[in-house]
Amino acid sequence: MQAFRFDPVALPESARQLRREVRDFLAEQISKGGITPHRNSWGSYDADFSALCGERGYIGMRWPKRYGGHEKSALERYVVTEEMLAAGAPVGAHWVADRQSGANILAHGSEQAKQEILPEIAAGQCFFAIGMSEPNSGSDLAAATTRAEPTEGGWLINGTKIWTSSAHRAHYLIALARTAAKTEDRHAGLTQFIVKLGGDDVKVRPIYNLYGGHDFNEVVFDNTFVPAHRVIGKEGDGWRMVTGELAFERSGPDRFLSTFQLLRQLIDALGEQPDRRDRAALGRLVAHLATLRTMSTSVAGMLERGESPNLEAALVKDIGTTFEQEIPEIARLLVEARPGLERGDPFNEALARAVLTSPSFTIRGGTREILRGIIAKGLGLR
Amino acid sequence: MSELKDIFLSTCDRLLGELNTTDADDHGWPRAAWQRLVELGLPAALTPQHGDDGLSVADALAVSELCGYHTLALPLPETLVANRLLALAGLPIGDQPLTLAATAGETVRLDREQDHWRLHGELSAVPWGRHADAVVLQVESDQGSRLVRIAGAGLAWRAATNLADDPRDDASVDLRVEDSQCPPFPAGSPSLLEWGALIRALQMSGAMRKTLKLAVDYANERVQFGRPIARFQAIQHQLAVAAGQLAAATAAAEDAARRTDGRDHGFSIAVAKARVGEAAGLVAAIGHQVHGAMGYTREHTLHHGTRRLWSWRDEYGNESFWQTRLGTLAASGGGDGLWATLTALQDSSEEQQ
Repeated sequence: MQAFRFDPVALPESARQLRREVRDFLAEQISKGGITPHRNSWGSYDADFSALCGERGYIGMRWPKRYGGHEKSALERYVVTEEMLAAGAPVGAHWVADRQSGANILAHGSEQAKQEILPEIAAGQCFFAIGMSEPNSGSDLAAATTRAEPTEGGWLINGTKIWTSSAHRAHYLIALARTAAKTEDRHAGLTQFIVKLGGDDVKVRPIYNLYGGHDFNEVVFDNTFVPAHRVIGKEGDGWRMVTGELAFERSGPDRFLSTFQLLRQLIDALGEQPDRRDRAALGRLVAHLATLRTMSTSVAGMLERGESPNLEAALVKDIGTTFEQEIPEIARLLVEARPGLERGDPFNEALARAVLTSPSFTIRGGTREILRGIIAKGLGLR
Repeated sequence: MSELKDIFLSTCDRLLGELNTTDADDHGWPRAAWQRLVELGLPAALTPQHGDDGLSVADALAVSELCGYHTLALPLPETLVANRLLALAGLPIGDQPLTLAATAGETVRLDREQDHWRLHGELSAVPWGRHADAVVLQVESDQGSRLVRIAGAGLAWRAATNLADDPRDDASVDLRVEDSQCPPFPAGSPSLLEWGALIRALQMSGAMRKTLKLAVDYANERVQFGRPIARFQAIQHQLAVAAGQLAAATAAAEDAARRTDGRDHGFSIAVAKARVGEAAGLVAAIGHQVHGAMGYTREHTLHHGTRRLWSWRDEYGNESFWQTRLGTLAASGGGDGLWATLTALQDSSEEQQ
């Protein structure tokens, strides 16, 4: 049984200072009317807000200054991201680029790609999508059939990706493609490519989600050319890199704060003196939230020390997403609810958003079943 | 983690793992086992003097987690806390078993009578009451909160047990108490009820760790349909859920253990007891489901942990009690205040390192 640890971390004074700055910045944005917290989640897309975040130094915080970064610690970055989510800031445009694509390029990309792309991301001007899933390859990522074949000066990509969030408005997409035929080792022969979006050689078709929103897409590569310097890492190393990033993707506050705006509205709806049953229900959520913060900051501390806490990250995402799915189920029973996306009152709008988006929490970024498989492996069961 | 802490905890782990608490004297007290704890100096491990040796409060409290893991049927965590509070209040400490009488509702009163006090009321479900050298209480009086130490031997205990057959005894008290026996409760300390909740949270973390280990080992050994049941996803996913609960519980309990000297200990202890208590029932249920009928027998050791989990979650305030405290706090700050409150309480600079 692999031991999992959540060693304590203390936030450095610099992180606390940063928290106050971010909080002031967000309060100002909200008072200007630029943000409507109860309608937002970390998927809310606002390119202007992202540019503002770039100006303030809130994107690419851990990257070297020579690539436009700010050389801050994982804990400082953590504080900024959680403040953004807690305030209901529309961080969706730069979220993926900041959380993982940029970090991926920084770790494994070519020097040219780093110089071309990272400063743009850090400025809040360049957004990314992730092309992993395919029509016949979802949780079973290694079954990808999108092919990349060498050509003069680079690669030609053919195939179809699906459930690709923001591909219709991002500047680049990182695609996982097969560069060698399948062998016994099904994880071999996969490579990551940075694909420029917006040209005729990449077709992006909308897939509307259950409440009519347009977030994800089908993306078809038709002899899409990718120059050699936009290969990420060594050919055939794609699987190792994809799984290596998971701790960044799965342990952050975005894995338990997706319905935090509803929790805020719930407290207001209950008033200052709820009865004992309601206070206990509310207090239970507070206990879960506080514990998740403790665990998530602990993982940030491990990332800062250069560790790869993939098991801990899977645990945070599994219980974190369960928590964020529970909030609407509890809220609707404590307050007489009439959920509607344009109901006009913040509680019912936030409730509607939470109910309608919550199925995605335990699917995106690794399904609950995949996570539990990883945890079971850590326990020595498989 | 300090080297000293490692040595201390590995020594405790070894001792608690081999301790035999079934050999008892005529009064049912496992005297020899307790003596082994005394030889290691454990009853006084949490006193402030001991901290001078380089062990933090959290390090010493971590013994409670080990007591839970080894399902120790002795009041060591209670004695650790009692001696700490006695020392802080200027009362003598000792190496004999002590206990903490604290319940979620107030049942004992301390009234001033001329030049002394009268302590009267009902002590209810006191851990190892009949075996305790002394009972430590926190009682509110018209002169503030007092720490009271009363001798255990003088009380007419009515023997009772919890779900794990550990003594939880009742006694009526009506005693004359001198000023010197009831100094002011140490300022800045968690309340007695909070201390009780904290040690139970740590003990539950340990008992859950043991329950999960037993279930994982059993799943890997037990063969059905031609393979170990660990190979079935239905089993794997249940144990993954238990692991998530254990991880959350441990994180919450350890966080609270680090903050006992901080200003905001009340919040983190409430979080810990509420979160750990919730996890306890789930982990116990999964542990039993994976063990099948075998785990439902008296002979199997699984119930040493699960029956204590079911008991400890109710002791020193159940989940609902502590959740209500947290809910009251959250409601008082309004929706907009929740995040600021949470970050201020959790990021407090006063936590011990």
